Amino acid sequence: MAQKPKLAMYWASSCGGCEIALVNLNEKLLDVDAHFDFMFCPCLLDTKISDIEALPDGSLAITLFNGAIRTSENEEMAHLLRRKSKLLIAFGSCSSKGGIPALSNLSSKSDHFGTIYLDNVSLDNPQGILPQTRTTAPEGELELPEFYERVRHLAEIVEVDYFIPGCPPEPHQIWNVVEALVQGAQLPPKGSTLGGGKSTVCNECAHRKENKTIKKFYRTYEIVPDRERCLLEQGIVCMGIATRDGCGALCPQVNMPCTGCYGPPEGVLDQGAKMLSALGSVLDIGSSKDLSDQQISGRIDAAIEGLPDFAGTCYKYSLAASLLGGKSR
Amino acid sequence: MTAQAMTNVGTPVSESFEPKIVGFLCNWCSYAGADKAGSSQTPYPPNVAVIRVMCSGRVDPQFILDAFHKGADGVMILACHPGDCHYKEGNQRAVQRYRILLGLLEQFGIEKERCKFDYVSAGEGEKFVRVITEMVDTVKGLGPLTLPVRAY
Repeated sequence: MAQKPKLAMYWASSCGGCEIALVNLNEKLLDVDAHFDFMFCPCLLDTKISDIEALPDGSLAITLFNGAIRTSENEEMAHLLRRKSKLLIAFGSCSSKGGIPALSNLSSKSDHFGTIYLDNVSLDNPQGILPQTRTTAPEGELELPEFYERVRHLAEIVEVDYFIPGCPPEPHQIWNVVEALVQGAQLPPKGSTLGGGKSTVCNECAHRKENKTIKKFYRTYEIVPDRERCLLEQGIVCMGIATRDGCGALCPQVNMPCTGCYGPPEGVLDQGAKMLSALGSVLDIGSSKDLSDQQISGRIDAAIEGLPDFAGTCYKYSLAASLLGGKSR
Repeated sequence: MTAQAMTNVGTPVSESFEPKIVGFLCNWCSYAGADKAGSSQTPYPPNVAVIRVMCSGRVDPQFILDAFHKGADGVMILACHPGDCHYKEGNQRAVQRYRILLGLLEQFGIEKERCKFDYVSAGEGEKFVRVITEMVDTVKGLGPLTLPVRAY
């Protein structure tokens, strides 16, 4: 029997949700197994890194790489798996755009270490011990991966063949990609996004869209939304308008605003900037004729008071790949 | 437009940093205002690279962030006065986006003075010169902008 092509899945800085999404293929996992030798996945299988290192370069047909690059270990694995894989696919929001871990780019490494190890009521660290990459112990030298200043997405480290968006990617979309690969379908140009649409979530959302003018923004706990109407039109910051479709508009369908996990739509450089652009357009502060600069600014500021954390809302999954990339130093 | 360089006479050596500023100017007002300053040969600092847009409402926030990303130390958007927009409400949308953008820039640690929105009409050549000069002085005081994506 001819050898089946090898499939690998790796988690870098991630939560494990991407693996769960793969397992959510349910009985179709058997089809995956029929076509591939699923040989490396630390979350589900016991293959060791040394087994991967022992393979000739390019031996893995496909590697689904999830998670962002937070530590030197994440970076090492990205290089190793790039070398060993024919197709390296950034799987999920974290490896595609930075995801939730990249929100930490709004603070510095020393801020993080300060909060986690030094300055916190629940801490007991009188000597102010911080993690070191090398520590000498009686048993020998101990090594820890380096915690980088900034979280990066996979394409900042190595060449990525394709991107599958989502936090996590929807199982039916994963299956679409797997099926296309198994059937040897003509793939789009390298660097394209697979397993998603090209438009926005609004395209898939069944809510009724009328006139988009907003006088005041609400947070989800402040309002009981009309189940039929567009959430954004009701003043709830729904990211659907600046987010790639492909998920089936699952969140707005149950009246939860889209948080933007599928990343920016095709052709958009910066998801947060596009969301900002949309919000600025729909804000209704009345006529500004004959008002002074200060009066106009005051009205706008009063209307946007309900947006307490703009960066966290609009770059929830795409901060590492945003134009600013993180906090300026 | 003839932009005459302002000489550095009287500028302390410590302020020798010359900021790069991108200015998005509305075709119908501020761009004509800049032209007026130029044709009346009023000197103003040469640090602002002017990009003419058909309306301040055309200035996608992506343009502003991309300018910072590509090395600008400051960005300006100059629009028609309230109520005077050639397309009725483009300038209002521009100022609304700008006010939201300020909050965003703060979260990214970028001083809000690095991004300026102001109204300059076609007749206000002097105001154009004043706004530009103030902006250049402010950004000079702030120093160069360092973004992690460039520094890394």
